Amino acid sequence: MFSAMLGEAWHAMGANRLRTFLTMLGMVIGVSAVVLMMAIGQGAEASVKRSISAMGSNLFVVLSGPPRVAGARSATGNAPSLNVKDANAIGELDDVAGVAPVTMGKSQIVYGSNNWNTDIIGTTPSYLDIRSWGLSAGYAFSDSDIRSATRVALIGKTVAQNIFGEDIDPVGKTIRINQSPFVILGMLDSKGQTLDGRDQDDTIIVPLTTAQRKLFGNQLPGSVRQILVQAESDNVMSILEESMNGLLNQRHNIREGADSDFSVRNLTAIANSAAETARTMSLLLGAIASVSLLVGGIGIMNIMLVSVTERTREIGIRMAIGARQRDILLQFLLEAIMISIVGCLIGIGIGVGGAVLVGIFTQAEIIISSESVLIAFSVAASIGVFFGFYPARMAAMLNPIEALRYQ
Amino acid sequence: MQNQQNIQNNKATKKNVIDVSGLFKEYQTAAGPFPVLKDVNLRIDNGDYVAIMGPSGSGKSTFMNILGCLDKPTKGKYILDGHAVATMEENDVAGVRNKTIGFVFQGFNLLSRSSLLDNVALPLVYSHIDKAERHARAKVLLEKVGLGNHINSRPNQISGGQQQRVAIARALINNPRLILADEPTGNLDSVTSEEIMALFSQLNKEGITIVLVTHETDIAEHAKRQVRFLDGKIVQDTLTNGHVSTNNESSEVI
Repeated sequence: MFSAMLGEAWHAMGANRLRTFLTMLGMVIGVSAVVLMMAIGQGAEASVKRSISAMGSNLFVVLSGPPRVAGARSATGNAPSLNVKDANAIGELDDVAGVAPVTMGKSQIVYGSNNWNTDIIGTTPSYLDIRSWGLSAGYAFSDSDIRSATRVALIGKTVAQNIFGEDIDPVGKTIRINQSPFVILGMLDSKGQTLDGRDQDDTIIVPLTTAQRKLFGNQLPGSVRQILVQAESDNVMSILEESMNGLLNQRHNIREGADSDFSVRNLTAIANSAAETARTMSLLLGAIASVSLLVGGIGIMNIMLVSVTERTREIGIRMAIGARQRDILLQFLLEAIMISIVGCLIGIGIGVGGAVLVGIFTQAEIIISSESVLIAFSVAASIGVFFGFYPARMAAMLNPIEALRYQ
Repeated sequence: MQNQQNIQNNKATKKNVIDVSGLFKEYQTAAGPFPVLKDVNLRIDNGDYVAIMGPSGSGKSTFMNILGCLDKPTKGKYILDGHAVATMEENDVAGVRNKTIGFVFQGFNLLSRSSLLDNVALPLVYSHIDKAERHARAKVLLEKVGLGNHINSRPNQISGGQQQRVAIARALINNPRLILADEPTGNLDSVTSEEIMALFSQLNKEGITIVLVTHETDIAEHAKRQVRFLDGKIVQDTLTNGHVSTNNESSEVI
């Protein structure tokens, strides 16, 4: 019975191919738009999330300043009000997973006849852990390098490419930073761009003490530009922020109500809001694409109504030879569902193909999840049921005598 | 006396495939109710062959639609094969149309997109019979009506007479007690009409009750009994010459 009806629905679809195709087209466009938009949206979301995890999770940065010079406050990070002892004190707090004091500057580096200007980060070995930054070759410096301020360096991929080229292995070579020779211990993993487009691989990491004493020697001894702090987990972020503020205010003798000479910033919150934006975008794209699905559904309803009118006599014949109302209902409903499902399958094909092409031509990240395909499919099938039901019911409610007389 | 009559009625019901009494039908029009059938009483025996005649507007087509359970009377009793049609559920009425009655129409009413085999087998789709048996039974019937070589043709590829044979095969597929034919030769030439009528006579000999509507007297001559409608009433009910009455009651002029 059911298989016979499926066969008949298939026949009916083939009876007027152009019309079936045009009806389906609405569905095809709707579904492919949904699949494509979700692929692009989810891709964007994933690339934002990857940038976040590349930065490190549950991060605070404590910046020095803003300093007050004759009543005018200048930019944060300028005055070296933080030092290594502050960093060690923060490390003693509860809920802290890791602390890395950081000082930084720009320097000219030279190898042979090549030179390059890049960011130099002076920090402790825990910096790499906090930022979950691995090495692709060589090894990292250790705490003993910090103690003795050795001239060693970890080199980023962009720097290596610019001063060594592709052929030379940088590990073990000696470069000069601000005229001083440094031995390259290891090569940093590539981290790509930050959310704001800065190249994170265009950097060199040296021991904190080396940077303080031998590269940027004009600062107060032991002072650092910022302290990177990693919390144990997401839940303790706000508690930790409070206790850090309390601790540093106490250490810097800041009276209640006075301006602090440091500021604590929650990096994860910023990154999370970026991820939230990406997710909203992908939802929005999906919602816009769904409108075309709706339009496709209305197209199906329209054609089914025409089809019922055209086939009124056929419905009369079927009723006269024993079709029940629900047989007629089922027949037309099946036809509508079949049109939408076939249209949906074609749409999924086009959507996936289109997403792959977009990925190839724009280099943007594309994620085709089985979830989004499944959603598109079930929405399309329910649109077939929803928009097919009214015409099918109309057919089933026809009076057999009038239907038989219909010309 | 009253009891005796009831017993007689019950007996009659068992014997009659159709028992219509006190049947009225009105159509609602803008000018108020318009009566089409006015107190129609008719019994048709099992195995009978009845021609219903009358001019246009006499109510014979409306009567046929009620007999075929396609329409419902405004008032009155219709017992088909022992069951009161008025009290049946819509689904059961569809079942009656499917199994008890076979329809033959003036315009053949075949599905133009389907093959002859599928057309003949179509009623079996609604009696939930699987495809192999559907096709086997349809093939046998197409052979019986002389179209065994055309089972995969479409209705528009064969002649009118052949199309009517297909329609008769379709009417027969569920082994009905009753065949209702509404002007079955109306669209056919006289030679083809004779062939179709011969087929009906043969089916009647095999035991199927046949009721046909026609306005041509020579077609009505094939039936055993002729009932004439005028203005919504039966005005004449006679046996065709050479046939013996099987039901005294209904042969009276009402």
